[in-house]
Amino acid sequence: MPQYLALTYTADVDWWAPEQAEELAEYRRFGVDFAGQVKASAVLHPTSTATVVRVEGARGGPVITTDGPYAETKEALTGYYLIEAEDLEAAVKIAAEIPAAWGGAVEVRPVIIAK
Amino acid sequence: MSGRYGAVAETIRIEGTRILATLIRTVGDVQLAEDAVQEAALAALGAWPVTGVPPEPRAWLTVTARRKAIDIIRRERARGDKERDGSELLELRLDPLAPDDVVQDDLLRLIFTCCHPSLSPPTRVALALRTLCGLSAAQIAEVLLTTEVATTKRLVRARQKIKAAHIPYRVPAEADLPDRLPAVCAVIHSLYTAGHAPSEGEAAYDVDLCVEAIRLAELLHTLLPGQPTPTAVLALLLLTEARRPARVDESGEVVTLDLQDRSRWDQDLIARGVELLNDSLERSDRQADAYQLQAAIAAEHARVPSYTATDWREIVRLYDLLVQVSPSPASELARVVAIAETGEIDAALKLLDTIPPSSRRHAIRGELLARKHRYAEAVRELDQALDTAPPSHPERQHRERRRNYFQQLADEG
Repeated sequence: MPQYLALTYTADVDWWAPEQAEELAEYRRFGVDFAGQVKASAVLHPTSTATVVRVEGARGGPVITTDGPYAETKEALTGYYLIEAEDLEAAVKIAAEIPAAWGGAVEVRPVIIAK
Repeated sequence: MSGRYGAVAETIRIEGTRILATLIRTVGDVQLAEDAVQEAALAALGAWPVTGVPPEPRAWLTVTARRKAIDIIRRERARGDKERDGSELLELRLDPLAPDDVVQDDLLRLIFTCCHPSLSPPTRVALALRTLCGLSAAQIAEVLLTTEVATTKRLVRARQKIKAAHIPYRVPAEADLPDRLPAVCAVIHSLYTAGHAPSEGEAAYDVDLCVEAIRLAELLHTLLPGQPTPTAVLALLLLTEARRPARVDESGEVVTLDLQDRSRWDQDLIARGVELLNDSLERSDRQADAYQLQAAIAAEHARVPSYTATDWREIVRLYDLLVQVSPSPASELARVVAIAETGEIDAALKLLDTIPPSSRRHAIRGELLARKHRYAEAVRELDQALDTAPPSHPERQHRERRRNYFQQLADEG
């Protein structure tokens, strides 16, 4: 069965803040309703907590870490669901139930299954 | 392409798309099926001009394409590509020639996959031309005014997405058709529009996009005869096509609607278009859609013997509905022209200001100002219309003539 990563792009919020409680509950409901199709999921801390890692040159080179990236755009990557679906149409139907789909956007990417 | 060779190539092109539709279902891979049909087509192009077209060209092409597909799968397996389990090979050998109704179903699957909403509109158009019309990337690039490299890249990306993302190869459920048909109809309509108004002047290419678009519209209507939207699209295309013989004069210049020789309009196409339009309207239970309204406007023009006999109030009424259901600068400009033809020139001029500027808006404004005897201003508008359109714009000569005529009137006044 094909797998898809559904990446949620929404406002760059702190999901533990009290004002997010209601929306977070909506995401939980989605997780319960589609427990059979959701194989893994995660909610991310805001982009202000992110660290970008690069190794200069080749493997073993100096490790450069930078703070950020801070969300420049209105929408940031805020979480993901790994979903299993028969085909793209079935995956889109599930993705359309993720609250981010109406609060922001959901990017559905097919996952490469090792041969 | 012409003569015997041209006829053979045409048979191969048309039959090729039918074979492709079935082969995609059997092997489950657009790229593989296309490669196999392409190789079979090349084999036929090499053999048929010498041996003559076989009595059953479709059977010949089908058998050859399947053999080519088996060859390709074997080559892939020899390279260690274990993606295929061999079940396709079995099916390719055992499957009898698909009967007509199965081929029709496969064609419908192919149409809905090519026009899938998860593909971008330009990609849908390119895919439709490649797989449903059997055109080469070079021919597609020519008619869509882009490069062969860009077209090839677009097609490769589209096939990769269909495969990797598992875009299904199936006809949507009856309940989903209203959601899915607009994308299909938009592809067919934009093909016709691209063929009807080439921005690089009148058709200089060997592919007639209008004919291809009508062929697809006929096909979709045949496959889904009960659906009002494909019926309306076919009606609109036929009613527009009916005027084609009068649309260009002997010197290749575009003739505007008011000056067209209506005896050259194709009455058979008009009769069929009107019949289809009525059928489509009877079958729809909701507000008329953009295709039905555009077809109704074309039918209204076709109904009367001359431009002066036009019922402009009815035309305005239809355009009012059209800009409601599908607002676009083109339909809003056409509505302004219709309003002016009812005698409401001041109202028409006022409305023009609310429409985004374009070469066509300048040209219309010039015509309206001239009716108010404001010739100097009319000349300025025509100048702007000429300045903002490409040098090869089909109406350039017409606009130049109008500009010079208004200049003359301005000088006299």
